[in-house]
Amino acid sequence: MNREWPLWEVFVRARNGLAHKHAGSVHAADARMAIEAARDTYTRRMEGVSLWVVPSASIVASDPGEADSLFEPAADKVYRHPTFYSIPENIKNI
Amino acid sequence: MKPLVEYALRLGDDGLVLGQQLSEWCGHSPMLEIDLALANIGLDLIGQSSHFLKLAGEAEGEGRDADVLAFHRDVLDFRNALLVEQPNGDFAQTIVRQFLFSNWQELLMRELVRSQDETLSAIAGKAVKEVVYHARFANEWMVRLGDGSEESRKRIIAGLEWMWRFADELFAVDATVEELIVRGVAVDPRPLRAEWDARIAQTLAGATLEVPKPRRAASGGRSGHHSEHLGHLLTEMQFLPRAYPRAVW
Repeated sequence: MNREWPLWEVFVRARNGLAHKHAGSVHAADARMAIEAARDTYTRRMEGVSLWVVPSASIVASDPGEADSLFEPAADKVYRHPTFYSIPENIKNI
Repeated sequence: MKPLVEYALRLGDDGLVLGQQLSEWCGHSPMLEIDLALANIGLDLIGQSSHFLKLAGEAEGEGRDADVLAFHRDVLDFRNALLVEQPNGDFAQTIVRQFLFSNWQELLMRELVRSQDETLSAIAGKAVKEVVYHARFANEWMVRLGDGSEESRKRIIAGLEWMWRFADELFAVDATVEELIVRGVAVDPRPLRAEWDARIAQTLAGATLEVPKPRRAASGGRSGHHSEHLGHLLTEMQFLPRAYPRAVW
């Protein structure tokens, strides 16, 4: 029998308006405990204003063996980057 | 001793002693996550304590700062409640102690915000947010352990058996506090008892546990009559400043 608590993935929103970013993981027996463990582990130095926790078992990952077919084809498609537009001087945050 | 000095020492010593106890869990908890959680709570309490002790030193006016009060007073001069000096025991016993204390401290700090003393009010205003979390943490662990396995239930009941007799002291009032209550400086803890009882009963019901029967209360901490545990705790906590009085870092 596995006596370890299940693993949860932790996502932290640093500021309002930003997306939650993956910060790491915690062990916890239930969702509330996971939120508290995440709070104590990942936001004790004012890193965030909001937390998500997700059971690690719920994460579906891409297969590293398929990395060639999934990701390599993008390598030579420079036209997918919108780098050919000239941006006016006074436009910020792009 | 001036009543305000006495009152600030009581509040400060509660946090100092309990914070020191919680710090002893660091590296020994059931899980890394609990190490961090208990250390965080301990540091919150020590932070609050340093403010209360600073106030005590200033109100006393004899040049003693928070460090001197924390590290160069002997056991008879400590004014913490007996509850916080009770040994950590196992994890369940530590949780029961936190459960009884944090629920009391939350109610107290919510009232202390309205103190006529600006410093007490300011310290309470900062502390109350921290303490709400401590109470939540402890309440949830009471439910997990009480309504958990046969073993965790047995241990939480043993913890309640140990700690319950120290609860009454938290609500006691003596002449010192009475004077400060009249002046609007101190919180009268007696009216808080009903809400505390209700909170405790609610969490215990969620934990499928019974509220322990009333028993003969143990008290004396507020006047310096402590159990044997506090001396041992201070021996360790005060070792370095006593051995090397001029040590700095």
